Amino acid sequence: MFDQKVIGMLLEGIRDTLYMTLASTLLGYAIGLPLGIVLNVTKAGGLAPNKIIYRVLDIFCNIIRSIPFLILLILLIPFTRALVGQSYGSTATIVPLVVCAAPYIARMVESALNEVDAGVIEAARAMGASNMQIIFKVLLVEAKTSLVTGATITTGVLLGYSAMSGTVGGGGLGDIAVRYGYYRWQTDIMIVTVILLIVIFQIIQNLGTKVAIGIDHRKK
Amino acid sequence: MSEIEIKNLTKKFEAGGHTVVALDDVNLNIEKGEIYGIIGMSGAGKSTLVRSINYLEVPNEGRVLIDGTDLSKLSDKELRIKRRDIGMIFQGFNLLEQKNVIDNVCFPLEISGMKKKKAREKARELLETVNLSEKEKSYPSQLSGGQKQRVAIARALATNPSILLCDEATSALDPQTTASILSLLKEINEKLNITIVVITHQMSVITDICTRVAIIENGKLVEEGTVEEVFDSPKTDIARELISNKKESYSPIESLKAEKVIRIVFSENSAFEPVISNVILKFNAPVNILGADTRDVGGKAKGEMLLGLPDDEQLQHDIIRYLKERKLTVTEVRDNV
Ligand SMILES: Nc1ncnc2c1ncn2[C@@H]1O[C@H](COP(=O)(O)OP(=O)(O)O)[C@@H](O)[C@H]1O
Ligand SMILES: [Mg+2]
Repeated sequence: MFDQKVIGMLLEGIRDTLYMTLASTLLGYAIGLPLGIVLNVTKAGGLAPNKIIYRVLDIFCNIIRSIPFLILLILLIPFTRALVGQSYGSTATIVPLVVCAAPYIARMVESALNEVDAGVIEAARAMGASNMQIIFKVLLVEAKTSLVTGATITTGVLLGYSAMSGTVGGGGLGDIAVRYGYYRWQTDIMIVTVILLIVIFQIIQNLGTKVAIGIDHRKK
Repeated sequence: MSEIEIKNLTKKFEAGGHTVVALDDVNLNIEKGEIYGIIGMSGAGKSTLVRSINYLEVPNEGRVLIDGTDLSKLSDKELRIKRRDIGMIFQGFNLLEQKNVIDNVCFPLEISGMKKKKAREKARELLETVNLSEKEKSYPSQLSGGQKQRVAIARALATNPSILLCDEATSALDPQTTASILSLLKEINEKLNITIVVITHQMSVITDICTRVAIIENGKLVEEGTVEEVFDSPKTDIARELISNKKESYSPIESLKAEKVIRIVFSENSAFEPVISNVILKFNAPVNILGADTRDVGGKAKGEMLLGLPDDEQLQHDIIRYLKERKLTVTEVRDNV
C-alpha cells in the first residue's frame, strides 16, 4: 500500500501544503500588514484619524471576511486564471488564500496595535517622533508579541484552508485526502494525510508560541 | 520675556454631544530656571494645560510661546524639533516595555537621528545622573516604580531640553520614592538650570520643590503666586482645600466642632513666644487646637495650626487681631473644614 509511489506523493503533498501555507501567509502579510496599520492609524483617536478611509477599509474587510472561503475560491476563478494562467494547482490556490487572508490579517494587526498603551505613544509624540517613526519604532515594536501570536493563528488557519482547497483540485495534502479518501475509499491514506496536517499544525503553533514568548520582555 | 508664556488659552472638548471647557482663558508666565507648580483637583484641566505647553493638545483659542516662539506658527516638522527642547514625564512612566533601560533612554536620540554609538554614550551619562547605571540592561518590567520614573527622567533629558514637564510624575509612587524623585528633580533643576513645570494634586509636592504655584479649578486659573504667599495666606476656597487636603485629621470630631475655625501659619521668623497659651491667659477663653502640622515650604520651616475659637464674635475679633499683631498669618477657614 505505502509503496515508493505513495510515499513520494505524500512528500510532494507536504511540500505543496507548506508552499501554499507559507506563501499565502507572506503575501497575505504584504497586503494585510499595511492595511492593518492604516486601519489603526485612521481610526477615531488614532495617529491620523480619517473617517472616510477607515470606513471604506473597514467595510471592505468585513465583506471579504463574511464570504465563506470555498465560495470565495470559486468566485475568484476568473481572477486567478487571469493572474496565474490556471485555476487549479498549488500556485493558483495561493491567490484566493491571499485574498481571504489579507483582511483577516489586517484585523489581527489592527487589534494588536490597538493594544499598545496610549501613554507610550503620547510619550513618543512628546519626544518629537513623527507618525512614521511612531508606527515603525513604537507601535510595531511594542506590539510584536501580539503580532507574532496573530501570525501563528493566521498560518494555522491558512493551513486548514489550503487543505480545504484540495476539494477543488488545489494540490497538497488536502487534495490527496480528498482524492484517495473520498473518491477511492482509501481511508488509510486519508488518515495519514490528516495526521500529517495535525503534525504540521502543531509544529507551527508551538514554534509561534515559543517565538512570541521569547521576544516578549513585558513580564519576566 | 518669560521662557513659557501662556496667553488666553482656551481648550474645549466635544464629548458625548456636549462641550467640556477644559481650559478657560488661562494666562501664565513661567520664568527660565524656576520650578513652577500647577495644582488642582482631578479633572481641573491640569493635564490639558501641560499638554498645551508642547502642543500635544492644540488650543481652541489663545497662544503658547516658548522663548518667544508662537507654537501655532510652527510647521509640523518645526514643532517636532521644538519638542526635543521640552522633555516630559508622566504618572504612568510610559516607557517602551519591549526595550531595555538604555534603549529607552536612547530612543529620543534615535528619533532625532543621532548615531547609535554617540546616543549610547549620552544615555550612559544620563543613567549615571539618575543613579541607575547598573540597570542598563534591565527591562521596565523588572524595575520598581521609582526606578521606572528615573529612567523616564533620563529619557526626557536625553535631548538636552531646556524645559521639563512633569504630569503627576510622583502620583503613582509611595512617599519615600516621591521624596527621592522630587529631590532628583530639584538637583536637575539646579545642575542643568532646566525650567521644570510640575503638575500635581498634592500640595506637599508643591511645597517641597516649587518656587511658584498656580491653582487651577474647573479650567480657570484662580490663584497664582510664590509658594510661600499662597501657602501662608490662600485667597480662594480651593487653595485652602488643597492646602488642607491630606487632613482627614483636621475634620474635628463632633464634640470639638467650633463655630469659628481659623488657620494660623508660623514661619521660622515668627516670635518664639507661646502664643496659644498667651491667648488663653489674656482672653481667659478656651481655644481648641483642631490640628497642627509643620512642613518645609520652599526650604523654610512652616508650622500651621487650626484653631477653634469661642462663639463670642467680639472675642473672636480680638483674638485674631492679637495673633496678627504677632506676625502670624491668619486665615479664616470655612465653617468646620
Ligand atoms: N480628549 C478628551 N476628550 C474629552 N474630554 C477630555 C479630554 N481630555 C480631557 N477632557 C476633559 O477635560 C477636563 C480636564 O481634564 P484633564 O486636563 O485631564 O484634568 P486633570 O489632569 O486636572 O485631572 C476633564 O473634564 C476631562 O474629562
Ligand atoms: Mg491629569
